[in-house]
Amino acid sequence: MPATGPARITATGWGWRYAGRRAPAIRDVSFTIEPGERVLLLGASGAGKSTLLAGMAGLLGGADEGDETGSLLVDGARAEAQRGRVGLVLQDPDSGVVLSKVGDDVAFGCENLGVPAAEIPARVAEALEAVGLAVPLARPTKALSGGQKQRLALAGVLAMRPGVLLLDEPTANLDPDGVREVRASIEHAVAETGATLVVIEHRTAVWADLMDRVLVVGSDGGLLADGPPTEVFARHGAALAAAGVWVPGRAVELPALPAAPADAVPALAASNLSISRDGRTVVRAGLDLTVPRGAATAITGPNGAGKSTLALTLAGLLPEAVGEVVAAVELAGRAGRRPSRWTSRELLTRIGTVFQEPEHQFLASTVRDELAIGPRSRGVDAAAIDAIVGELLERLHLAPLAGANPFTLSGGQKRRLSVATVLADAPPIIVLDEPTFGQDRRGWIELVQLLQSEIAAGTTVVAVTHDEDVLHHLGGHRIDLGAGPSLPATPLDAPGRVRPRPVRPVGARSCRPSARGPALRTSRPRGRRGWTASTPSPRSCSHCCCRCRCSRRSTSRAPWWPSHFSSCASR
Amino acid sequence: MAIALQLLCIPLTGLGALTVLKRMLPILVFAPIAGVSMLLYAEPGGTVYWSFWYATISDDSIALAVAVCVRVLALALPTILLFGRTDPTELADALAQVAKLPSRFVLGVLAGTRTLGLFLDDWRSMGLARRARGVGDSGAIRRFFSMAFVLLVFAVRRGTKLAMAMEARGFGSGIPRTWSRPSRLHPRDLVALLGAAAIMALAIAAAVAAGTFRFVWS
Repeated sequence: MPATGPARITATGWGWRYAGRRAPAIRDVSFTIEPGERVLLLGASGAGKSTLLAGMAGLLGGADEGDETGSLLVDGARAEAQRGRVGLVLQDPDSGVVLSKVGDDVAFGCENLGVPAAEIPARVAEALEAVGLAVPLARPTKALSGGQKQRLALAGVLAMRPGVLLLDEPTANLDPDGVREVRASIEHAVAETGATLVVIEHRTAVWADLMDRVLVVGSDGGLLADGPPTEVFARHGAALAAAGVWVPGRAVELPALPAAPADAVPALAASNLSISRDGRTVVRAGLDLTVPRGAATAITGPNGAGKSTLALTLAGLLPEAVGEVVAAVELAGRAGRRPSRWTSRELLTRIGTVFQEPEHQFLASTVRDELAIGPRSRGVDAAAIDAIVGELLERLHLAPLAGANPFTLSGGQKRRLSVATVLADAPPIIVLDEPTFGQDRRGWIELVQLLQSEIAAGTTVVAVTHDEDVLHHLGGHRIDLGAGPSLPATPLDAPGRVRPRPVRPVGARSCRPSARGPALRTSRPRGRRGWTASTPSPRSCSHCCCRCRCSRRSTSRAPWWPSHFSSCASR
Repeated sequence: MAIALQLLCIPLTGLGALTVLKRMLPILVFAPIAGVSMLLYAEPGGTVYWSFWYATISDDSIALAVAVCVRVLALALPTILLFGRTDPTELADALAQVAKLPSRFVLGVLAGTRTLGLFLDDWRSMGLARRARGVGDSGAIRRFFSMAFVLLVFAVRRGTKLAMAMEARGFGSGIPRTWSRPSRLHPRDLVALLGAAAIMALAIAAAVAAGTFRFVWS
């Protein structure tokens, strides 16, 4: 069994160069981290922080994976030689979970270390208790929220009883609640075990008071700073802020936009809207909202409240489950004013969408081609495309990367490119899903600045965000999904959710001509097909040119779905 | 014969008849397709009923077509009954502990299968993103391949991250592994094995008795 108790980490002139790279990822760092110390590891992106952490965890591999210089030792021995002594939690909640049940996942590390089977259940219970994750052991791991997954990963590490806890941006991909959860868990776990703690995190405000030392890795080797947090932040604050670190007490120097006037003309509007991601399960119902033109609207709310689903519905990418999203008159496409009815090409010049994961929207093999796709698709001539692309490359500081593959860019560059692909078609409405997610201070400022200049130019911006600062700088108009009338529905990924059963067709399957009054809508969850035989009031069919009175409500099915026409045949 | 016996086994697996029927659906659809190709293109023999170019329906081809249909069902049904309620984690435990397959391999595959759900989400988002980028109106096949390629990139990347997470938890450390969920053979495993053998024996015996038994290639 490996020794327990906190461990000491010593680096002497340590460096690492990945095989195939010319420059070392990190070089010439020397320090000693005493047992039980809590260290915040900072540095510009690309300075080699994650490499240093992987080195401490003994995960860099052997000589065929790279060249090592100097030495990096945990308790006087190489970390590879003492697996389980060092525990590492990574940034992406989905990559930290190994097995499909909570109990099995926590036990995984113990099994690998050869802990006797009889001892494992007690260790699992203890680890889950330490991170405050009170869920049944048989709970599927995929049903956990992001914050819970990170705490599960932490529990999996704690069950190995490590002497060092290494956390690589553990809260960068979490919403504020998740951040609070994880931070509390880590604080509790460290207090309980006394383990040495090393954390990489850009959002220092969350961590500063928990840490007793800050190490700053320089971009060109060595350590830039080493000392207590207050001292390091006071002396190197400006340099750290410029490197992308959120230094406590250093505000962002950007103007806050004025709020949109209450009588602003709506660019998009919807009443009694129900939204659904998969066309079967309604996430939210009864939404009444307007998006004012030429201003920013933030969609806020807790995890799983349907923020992204609402954004994608407003963007015309997901069909409405009930109700209609209606765009301003001058935006009308051939099939009318509903974005979900527009063709892909019509959508291009009307509403642009920036996805949460930039890579989902990349199509080309170079940055330049990526930007040219939209303009080419709408038939712009080659010279004009060059002009548009050239201007965007300059404006978004992507010019040096014009020939690079979009997939090889850094997180901040990917985000800028995904925004640039949308700007290339100059749509009057831009919808963004968590645009500041995982961005460091520099990326954040660039993005907010960009959105501000777009709004100043008259663009309507809709942004899903849980970042109060974004909201503040963009004018403060919000659609809050945390309150207001909605389904009694719990979020889709919430534990113990009972999916509303699709309403099955019971009554007549054809349109019933009816002389009855105006539209009557209900906000009941609806199944794949929109039949609601149980509700007696038919309304005018909004799905096709036939102005029949149809018992069928707005369905989640696209209007071109053939069953619609067959059902509306009798008018 | 085998099918009839297998159908009798359904209650033992704890699966509902409706579930079995639903899962059998694709096979019920495909078995006749296999049968039809046999019906039309098998070597003719006996009375020829209908013929068009290479396609000939004769006594022999009809017999073969029916046989192929039945064989597909006889092979598919036990697969569905066996794996209908098998938990992948338990299967992996058994493969590594009882069948003594290398635990590295078994657990690697097990951890990998968990990420399949993430790929489904990726796929959906990519489809929406292509609509948003103005290339969603046409070229569905090209779009499919471009999305498949990106998915491949995601798969490699996710695999690397997962491997790192697993290694960070001591996976592949060379220390002999322990198992918190021991998997052992029970008497009822023997019963199941004997039962399976009995079904096979009965089916073959019935075929021999009826004089219709033929070995695989005859």
